[in-house]
Amino acid sequence: MTTISPVSAAITPPPDEPKAVRKFNKGAGGVGPIGLGIATLWLSIIVLLPLAAILFKSLEGGPITFWDAVTAPNALAALRITVVMSFLVAVINVVLGTLVAWVLVRDEFRGKAFVNALIDLPFALPTIVASIVLLSLYGPDSPVGIHISATQPALVIALLFVTIPFVVRQVQPVLIELDRDVEEAAASLGANNVTIFRRIVLPALTPAILSGGGLAFTRAIGEFGSVVLIGGNIPRETQVASQYIQQQIEVDAPINAAAVSVVLLVIAFVVLFILRVFGSRASKREEQTR
Amino acid sequence: MNVSTPVRLSLRTVALGYLFVLLVVPIAVILFRSFEHGFGQFWEWITTPAAISALQLSLLIVAIVVPLNVIFGVITALALVRGRFRGRGIIEAIVDLPFAVSPVVVGVALILLWGVGGWFGGIEGLGFRVIFGLPGMVLATLFVTLPFVVREVEPVLREIGEQQEEAASTLGANGWQTFWRITLPAIRWGLTYGIVLTVARSLGEFGAVIMVSSGFPGISQTLTLLVHSRYIDDYNEFGAYAAATLLMIVALIVLLVMTLLQRTRKSS
Repeated sequence: MTTISPVSAAITPPPDEPKAVRKFNKGAGGVGPIGLGIATLWLSIIVLLPLAAILFKSLEGGPITFWDAVTAPNALAALRITVVMSFLVAVINVVLGTLVAWVLVRDEFRGKAFVNALIDLPFALPTIVASIVLLSLYGPDSPVGIHISATQPALVIALLFVTIPFVVRQVQPVLIELDRDVEEAAASLGANNVTIFRRIVLPALTPAILSGGGLAFTRAIGEFGSVVLIGGNIPRETQVASQYIQQQIEVDAPINAAAVSVVLLVIAFVVLFILRVFGSRASKREEQTR
Repeated sequence: MNVSTPVRLSLRTVALGYLFVLLVVPIAVILFRSFEHGFGQFWEWITTPAAISALQLSLLIVAIVVPLNVIFGVITALALVRGRFRGRGIIEAIVDLPFAVSPVVVGVALILLWGVGGWFGGIEGLGFRVIFGLPGMVLATLFVTLPFVVREVEPVLREIGEQQEEAASTLGANGWQTFWRITLPAIRWGLTYGIVLTVARSLGEFGAVIMVSSGFPGISQTLTLLVHSRYIDDYNEFGAYAAATLLMIVALIVLLVMTLLQRTRKSS
């Protein structure tokens, strides 16, 4: 007899299986309500409470203090530089990231597997190492004579370095799955490559491209490690929001630091929320067309 | 869409040129700089007392963070996949939160919660130093690495379903036996992948850790803080390059393991 029917199991329960275990398994899978409680507690202590503390601190002095902290000239400048640079980086990523994904999927050349693995390097590399790496090339003793340390172009390069994988890794799988028959049909009907790309390939890739760009943007606005050495931290020129926040903690102005942190968090959440809404809409549309 | 050869070649040139300039050239330069004065000098830079204690501290943090993330990450993933309760979407969103938070903001949040005058600041009066001590650095690392194990284990759990576990419990296995014999073997590759990501991020975290560390060489400096302080405080450029290269070698090993794991998972 290979299976025990529930009835016979109920009549002669094995000694090491108390009844509670049955309920436990049927309740919330393998962990039950206790597991859910532990998970909630864990998430609260590690993630939620610290963020709640930041929100409360930023509003401790009332809304006017919050507003003053956010609109202080250096704070505003840092936020503006952060958003403008991050947007620029996201746009460059959208164009060149899509191009890189295209070449990795549709082109064949020797060493493609190596290039493909290289894309993930910025994710694996510690951000401070990224900063040092770029500094050794573009810093004061640059071997190629490019001295852009502590300038805005240096910020852009540092942010591009750490955000390369986002668009590439979002677009690549979609491009692999893309049905090439449609493209061939269009071509046989006389459409040229530009038309095919604009009318067939690009619309299919757009959700992935936008989500990659959005992820790159949210990463860039919070970036610290990779810009800390090469950025220069010059207020109103190259100081980004995260550097401003760190400075405010150092001069013991926690309310200012908390207020600017809250602004950064809100920007990131809004972008991610838009992406989520957009993503679910795109997938619904896809289901409908099938 | 069949692109002509000249177009294909020029697209390839632009893509590879971009990656070459942005990624390959800087890394080649720093490798050259690190070994410019010979391997002996490189070895000396990474075996100074400060460097060794930084490595030990980084490894200690990894040794604390990984088991905690594994235990609580697997519990969270199980609760999310197998549980039917209201507010699951909220918990899913909280798990993803750390991806959207700047490392510096993580540091500030921990200072405001655990530091002097914070909600949990009273713990310092009991002689337990969180901020500017090891617990602060561990908390910072836990915050930034929290999503990895949950996010890698969750899809695997969803895919394997509950049938095998139910069968095991029908056959008389208790909760633990079911977990050890059925669930854990099924999620092992996803879990391993999550651990690799956690180790890499723990070793490499900088922004969150620098905010909550006192940064004393030999005491509270991790490897990433060592790179920073050698460059900024000591003007020891080559020492910083050498320590960065050490971290880079670790990153390359991680990358290699990730690629191998992905292959194993695809074939199994």
